[in-house]
Amino acid sequence: MGIQIKVLDRPIEQSSYVRSMLKGMALTFKHLIDPHKKTLQYPEQKWDLSPRWRGTHRMLTDENGKAKCVACGLCPQICPANCIKLVPGEDEEGNRYPLIYEIDEFRCIFCGYCQEVCPEEAIHVGRHYENSEYSRAGFVYDLERLMAQTHPVSTLWDPADPKGE
Amino acid sequence: MPLASLVLLQKVYGSQTPVHGAPWLWFTILKMIVVFTVTMVGVAMLTLAERKISAWIQDRHGPNRVGGRFGLLQPAADGVKNIMKEETYPEAAYKALFILAPAMSFIPALMTFAVIPFAAPLPTPWGLVKMVVADAPIGFLYILAISSLGVYGIVLAGWSSNNKYSLLGGLRSSAQMVSYEVAMGLAAVTVLLLAGNVSLDVIVENQVVGGWYIFPLLLGFFIFLVAAFAETNRLPFDLPEAESELIAGYHTEYSAMKFSMFFIAEYSNMVTASALTVTLFFGGWSVPFLNGVNMAPWAWWKTLITLAFFVAKVGFFLFLFMWVRWTLPRFRYDQLMGLGWKVMIPLALVYVVVMAAALLVLSMLGISPNAVWLGFIPAYWAILGVLNIVLAALVFVILDRGRIVSPASTRIDAAELARLRAASIPRSFAGVQGD
Repeated sequence: MGIQIKVLDRPIEQSSYVRSMLKGMALTFKHLIDPHKKTLQYPEQKWDLSPRWRGTHRMLTDENGKAKCVACGLCPQICPANCIKLVPGEDEEGNRYPLIYEIDEFRCIFCGYCQEVCPEEAIHVGRHYENSEYSRAGFVYDLERLMAQTHPVSTLWDPADPKGE
Repeated sequence: MPLASLVLLQKVYGSQTPVHGAPWLWFTILKMIVVFTVTMVGVAMLTLAERKISAWIQDRHGPNRVGGRFGLLQPAADGVKNIMKEETYPEAAYKALFILAPAMSFIPALMTFAVIPFAAPLPTPWGLVKMVVADAPIGFLYILAISSLGVYGIVLAGWSSNNKYSLLGGLRSSAQMVSYEVAMGLAAVTVLLLAGNVSLDVIVENQVVGGWYIFPLLLGFFIFLVAAFAETNRLPFDLPEAESELIAGYHTEYSAMKFSMFFIAEYSNMVTASALTVTLFFGGWSVPFLNGVNMAPWAWWKTLITLAFFVAKVGFFLFLFMWVRWTLPRFRYDQLMGLGWKVMIPLALVYVVVMAAALLVLSMLGISPNAVWLGFIPAYWAILGVLNIVLAALVFVILDRGRIVSPASTRIDAAELARLRAASIPRSFAGVQGD
């Protein structure tokens, strides 16, 4: 025989198989007849999302139905994942607007910096999580798609009101 | 069979003639079809029950999408899924046995139910029809013989898959079955001693008259139950599968309907084990306290009521199987073998000797097996019952004191421990100490 394993000399209440077995059976039976089940019936019931939940983006529009974005370039600048593609344009009156505005939601890390940095409150992260596509290309949201989103947008963290009350 | 038993048979069975000749054949075929169908549907429902019970125990809802709130069509959906799935054959598998193995575990599982009487006899214009598929006078021996055949399917599935996990699962299964079958058989021997017959019919009738055997054979029942768990490869003894160690054990390489057949075999074995426990210890199909229902003259409503009671009793044990499965963790393999050989078999052996001695003493004292005290207490039932409660209490206290589930090695004595501790001090540390 080699070196034997040291065995703790526990009191009987802890080491008895018979007692702990009966205790376990009682516990599982209690849960068995407990009518309160924890599972959420997902497609019918959904979680209440936090007001600060950061999901897929949404571009807000002004009263004319045009994107609020002025193509200032701050969001692609701040984006740590480099997932925003912005090509600015300018109309006859000298107003800047995005010629191309694309967000690769697959690359996005949902930090919400784009929303924080936006001076026009145009781009927002949304309180939304049900995204599925048949291809990776489907996750590149262009401007129309970002404007067409209808889900509620995230509320930014306010240092004056840290608990969001 | 002693004369007393014959008198008893007369008392319970009355004088209606059993069905014979051509109607007997037709009734037997009918019973085969009905029992087969009911068992298969029951097994399908058991898979649902298992999932529901596991869900409820874990505070979940379980299947509730197909077939209403209780997911009643889930077994059908599972069946369709399993039939549609691809049958996979491992490159290195021994094809013939690989295909044969599921059937080899599936068929004995269904065969065993044939000799279990499931209701009171039904009177028909052609005579009395016994509610058992095959009215074999050697019922219990048949069950012991057939139920151990199921292990061939598992072992061959494990071997023919040519997969180390499957092989280990198969080996474990055979070792486990061989070990626990001894304890199971010995525990059942006490029933046979008390009933004086191996026919399951007579065992049930004896319990109708002399009280359920659970009381006079309490300890035997516990041994039988533990062995039945091991025999059916259910937790806490599901070592052949042991997901965490062996992936899925013997059916790792199986897919689709062949996997499903192993599944059906497991549940059929559960049904048979439960039905056998009920027949041997809980009065079979008999209705408690209402012996008028359990005796001749027979009527169709008596058959129905006794059938309902049989189903209820079996249902309780099936529930117990599931309840235990979702409560207890799996034994370690050496613990399983230790429990089988060092606890169950010696215990069962001693128990058989004690019960045989007790029966001998009772007959020497001149107490008849049919003696009844105060008009309603069967003498054997009461005396052996008290003896068994004492024995069971003793065994449980001993099991509670000691470690029935032993650690990997024995306890170490203090002097040896001190030596080992001294030896295990790292050399550098010891050197510093020396300086």
